[in-house]
Amino acid sequence: MVERYVRPDGEIVAQFDVRFSRFIEPGGKVVCTPLPPWADDSGVLIPIYRTMLQTRAFDAAALKLQRTGRLGTYASPLGQEAIGAGVASAMREEDLLVPSYREFSAQLWRGVTMTELLLYWGGDERGSDYRVPRQDFPACIPVASHCCHATGAAYAFKIRRQPRVAVCFLGDGATSKGDFYESLNAAGAWHVPVVFVVCNNHWAISVPLGRQTAARTLAQKAIAAGVASEQVDGNDMIAVRAAAEFAIENARSGEGPRLIEALTYRLGDHTTADDASRYRDASEVNAARARDPVSRLHDYLTGTEAMLSAADEETMSAEIEQEVNDAIEQYLATPPQPASAMFDHLFSELPQSMLDQRASAEGEQDHG
Amino acid sequence: MAEITLVDAVNQALAYAMRENENVVLLGEDVGVNGGVFRATNGLQESFGEERVLDTPLSETLIGGVAIGMAAQGLIPVAEIQFMGFAYPTIDQLLNHAARIRNRTRGRLTCPMVLRAPFGGGIGAPEHHCESTEALFAHIPGLRVVIPSSPERAYGLLLAAIRNPDPVVFLEPKRIYRLVKQRVPDDGEALPLDVCFVLRPGDDVSIVSWGAMIHDVVAAADQLALRGISAEIIDVATLKPLDVKTILESVNKTGRCVIVHEAALSGGWGAEIAARVAELGLMSLLAPVKRVTGYDTIMPLFRLEHLYMPSIDRITKAVNAVMEFA
Ligand SMILES: Cc1ncc(C[n+]2csc(CCOP(=O)(O)OP(=O)(O)O)c2C)c(N)n1
Ligand SMILES: [Mg+2]
Repeated sequence: MVERYVRPDGEIVAQFDVRFSRFIEPGGKVVCTPLPPWADDSGVLIPIYRTMLQTRAFDAAALKLQRTGRLGTYASPLGQEAIGAGVASAMREEDLLVPSYREFSAQLWRGVTMTELLLYWGGDERGSDYRVPRQDFPACIPVASHCCHATGAAYAFKIRRQPRVAVCFLGDGATSKGDFYESLNAAGAWHVPVVFVVCNNHWAISVPLGRQTAARTLAQKAIAAGVASEQVDGNDMIAVRAAAEFAIENARSGEGPRLIEALTYRLGDHTTADDASRYRDASEVNAARARDPVSRLHDYLTGTEAMLSAADEETMSAEIEQEVNDAIEQYLATPPQPASAMFDHLFSELPQSMLDQRASAEGEQDHG
Repeated sequence: MAEITLVDAVNQALAYAMRENENVVLLGEDVGVNGGVFRATNGLQESFGEERVLDTPLSETLIGGVAIGMAAQGLIPVAEIQFMGFAYPTIDQLLNHAARIRNRTRGRLTCPMVLRAPFGGGIGAPEHHCESTEALFAHIPGLRVVIPSSPERAYGLLLAAIRNPDPVVFLEPKRIYRLVKQRVPDDGEALPLDVCFVLRPGDDVSIVSWGAMIHDVVAAADQLALRGISAEIIDVATLKPLDVKTILESVNKTGRCVIVHEAALSGGWGAEIAARVAELGLMSLLAPVKRVTGYDTIMPLFRLEHLYMPSIDRITKAVNAVMEFA
């Protein structure tokens, strides 16, 4: 053994904690008080709950479309609906969403339509041309590459003195990538208004968290970059929203970036191209179902405070079903773009030298 | 002997190489228990253990980079990048390190690694999963770029790539992962690298292609044959270093050259081939070289991808054009 010459009584120069919060446990019971002031405000909570239900209904419909060959490969958000909805509800309209590919609840909250989502997953670029949140980034598939965009956008907010915040969603697997660390590091160094939300669903396709990293938490990865962070129960919408509200308003007031690790579980396959039964036990999935975020909020809303009646919920579900059906109808009725669409948005203006290529693509379609 | 698919042939070659040489290790995302998202490494972790079939954290820079460290220490890493669209961070490691470590150290350190990645369109995959950017890799001096077009070629070329003492980028056309089946004896016989294969002899036109497009080229050649046009089909197989000799011999015979690839036109590997034919075979040409390729556009999402990819019709039209040139 080599002698260790580090002094055990050496001065401690840095020490850190990672705090975890949960307000509502499965079954809807409050486990921690005081609750945030809006936690008994149905005007705040019901729209969020509605978005979670919308996301779930959309998901079921999308999976059905995929199975019948009317949608491409699709990544289900099942079990993670509270994170997107809770965080997005704490954003202002002028804030910026920088999502990965599973944040339907955040996108729906911000006004992306179900038809747009279907178009995107159905292989049509128009699905990323959001009519409402015009500045939001589209879904990012190359994992973690978008973290840099969030930091860059936040830098733009900072130097233009805009009181806006960029909110970036990523997965647990994404925290293994350099882009993620680099974005965090720069966000810390530049003190820019960005919030990273790590949806820790414990799996990156077939790779469980324990093989992804030896770190006890993902929140602590921010600490190394000098970025404040915390961990929340991502299936407890109240805890998610409380953390998001603080992080976002903190960033807006010039207090710098923050990271939230939201603990959740991917209840479905990674995508429709995946078969999770190859690599994880049904017992683990079943145990996670008991922590379901939608039923937890439902139980809370219908519990002691009785913020949601059975009749209200029935009406809400019927409305949502109609919305989903309308979106599917609109999606299926949207004819594909013409071949020339490949050239329409390549540059602000198609260079002269490419006119012949466009003509030949158009000719090909006419004959095809 | 059962007939197997291209992806099975990859699996068979990996298993053979691992049995043959204990230094061969596999690494990548989801290659272990899951057997790879396309099942190319199916069952290999079970057979060879977790140390030799390693699920990595999610990072392509890491995968490309650790392979170099392993290789310099005498392991033979075969790294899988889940889709070519995520391989771009590895270009830093490949270009700055893998491809030049032998040269930098005057042969003292070497890099016998293989980087595998599925690529290409035509299966309705999501955004970033469908491009063909082989030319980006082929441009890098010191790298070999190999693309199989059938189960047989996949087996033989992958074995050769693994046994090769230098870095090889092995790109697998995923459109044909399960399209055709062949009998592929598991005899450890490699195919030669650095040569183009004459897939079908012909007299009137040389059609030069690789990967999945070979199958459309064959279909086009069948149609042309009915009209009395005899096409010689060249399966390039190793894009870099390029076997110009085989291509020139063919063009010398036929006098016409049509190059077909899925990748965008400008700077595609067809440009390199056309330049070589122009430099070295101009006098044998009866018509200008013609390329049938993707457009210089972003590859569209899958609803339009059939309009982007070279069709059989575009190939036969191009052949007609060179046949009618006067
Ligand atoms: C850079 C990159 N590498 C690989 C992939 C393929 N891939 C898609 S999702 C995924 C796992 C992502 O896991 P995580 O970050 O935990 O997010 P989750 O899918 O669980 O939401 C992988 C490997 C990719 N899209 N991008
Ligand atoms: Mg995950």
